[in-house]
Amino acid sequence: MSPRIAYIAANTFREAVRDRVLYNLIAFTLLLSGAAIFVGQISIDIERLVVINLGLTAVSLFGVVIAIFIGIGLVSKEIEKRTLYTVLSRPVRRWEFIVGKFFGLAGTLVVNTFFMAIGVFGALLYVTHKFSKPDALILVALYFIILEFLVICSLALLFSSFSSPLLSAVFAFSLFVIGSFADDLRGFAGMAHGITRWVATGAAYLVPNFSALNVISAVAHQQPMSSQLILQNTLYALFYSAMALSGAVLIFERRNLK
Amino acid sequence: MRTARQRTTIIAAVSLAVSMAASVLLLRHIDRLRPQASIEDVLYINSPKMIKRASLGFDGLMACIYWTRTVQYFGHRHFDYAHSYNELAPLLEITTTLDPHLLPAYQFGASFLAPRPPGGAGQPERAIRLMEYGIQNNPDNWQLYYNLGFVYYTELKDYRKAAEVFERGSNVPNAHPFMKILAAQMAMHAGDFTTARMLWSATYETARESTIRQNAVEHLRAVQVDEDVTHLEALVTEFAQRNGRAPTSMTELVAAAHLKGIPVDPDGDAYKITSDGRVLVETPDDFPFITKGLPPGYKPGPPKFHSHS
Repeated sequence: MSPRIAYIAANTFREAVRDRVLYNLIAFTLLLSGAAIFVGQISIDIERLVVINLGLTAVSLFGVVIAIFIGIGLVSKEIEKRTLYTVLSRPVRRWEFIVGKFFGLAGTLVVNTFFMAIGVFGALLYVTHKFSKPDALILVALYFIILEFLVICSLALLFSSFSSPLLSAVFAFSLFVIGSFADDLRGFAGMAHGITRWVATGAAYLVPNFSALNVISAVAHQQPMSSQLILQNTLYALFYSAMALSGAVLIFERRNLK
Repeated sequence: MRTARQRTTIIAAVSLAVSMAASVLLLRHIDRLRPQASIEDVLYINSPKMIKRASLGFDGLMACIYWTRTVQYFGHRHFDYAHSYNELAPLLEITTTLDPHLLPAYQFGASFLAPRPPGGAGQPERAIRLMEYGIQNNPDNWQLYYNLGFVYYTELKDYRKAAEVFERGSNVPNAHPFMKILAAQMAMHAGDFTTARMLWSATYETARESTIRQNAVEHLRAVQVDEDVTHLEALVTEFAQRNGRAPTSMTELVAAAHLKGIPVDPDGDAYKITSDGRVLVETPDDFPFITKGLPPGYKPGPPKFHSHS
């Protein structure tokens, strides 16, 4: 990574911290510790499942919301405040700006996820009193959630590179919802015929497949994860993010900033 | 002297507290005006597939929420001595569709659905369907076969099916060895007190949840009472055949049958004999699952569990 990209990434991270993004950790801690105590009293035999399901779902949803709402403002806010011109007047290429912003936001989310993961394991320890070997699978689920964040960050940046913050939020959130239905979309494509089948299949492969990255329920039931799945999900997320980032760079390079 | 800013702060704080208290009080009054609007009897969306899709992939958490809701629904209805549990089966169906591997939903769900009201919903067929769905999705879990066999045994008295299910379960890898014994026992001596005692003892030993263990204890106590009453009634019949009349008191029966002392139930209370020779327990409410020793026309309340084990 070039020092310029690293510098922009570090600044993006610093700005997110200054914007009190990490305050969500307080809400997360309250939610998880409250649920760990409360559910044990009102339900039967699912304390461990609730901590894992609720913890990982909260990590995922909090992160998605942060990724979308910060990601959509990364470019437009710089244009609005006119700080972009100061940055680009220095020897910084436009693509470096986009890539730096991406790494900055991704870094923020990784740090956020790290603290939330400590919260999840803490709540789990409170409920089960000791860790068992299959609990390590939670790390796999957390890793997949980070991969999901990378995809969403890149998409938010892509939309931010050509659209207003409001529209970017709508686009990014819609793609998150559609991506959660990617398997269904592929199922519908399989049932269709002719041109509809081709269009539906194309759409199913074009939207991000978030259901492949969601292994929360499987991990809660201690189902093993194959190394092939981990490898292929990693490559998928990296390629998809690279695709969206390339699109963002292409648009931003040609954008008239005057 | 207070500044204008301090005055505004105090007025706003008082206004906030008063408004909040008023809105809470009003809501409580409104709730009293429309008691039928209880959330427990409302399933806004009852299609399991629809809920699964709407969960955006977070179906594990949704299943936990629906399972908690099921427990709360059953608990409230049970507490109110309800005789109808209309939403119980749909709630369990939604829960297990959202997460087909949520084992407590099958194990406890069947024990909510199968028993006759007010102990349960009185829907053993739905309980069997639920357990078969559970077995289909978790074929390597022997406990599901055990629970299914139990429903056949306790609620439907279908001993042949119960034996068949225990046999199927005994073939599952890592199945508890008593599954084989249960299958054989069920095929040969299904109606015996020994079989009943064996089943409930197995439940007590394998269950982790304290309520299930307490339930097993209550059933073991009931088996003991049923066995005692059966034995005492046989002695009464023998006495009547010999003397041409029923014994007038337990003391008379004890003397005639050479018993060691006045027979007592698991709580230590003496059994009674009525003038027509019927053997009764002292406090039937303390034995919610007994089938013998009950006064004529007795209507049981919902089971209450004792703290002892």
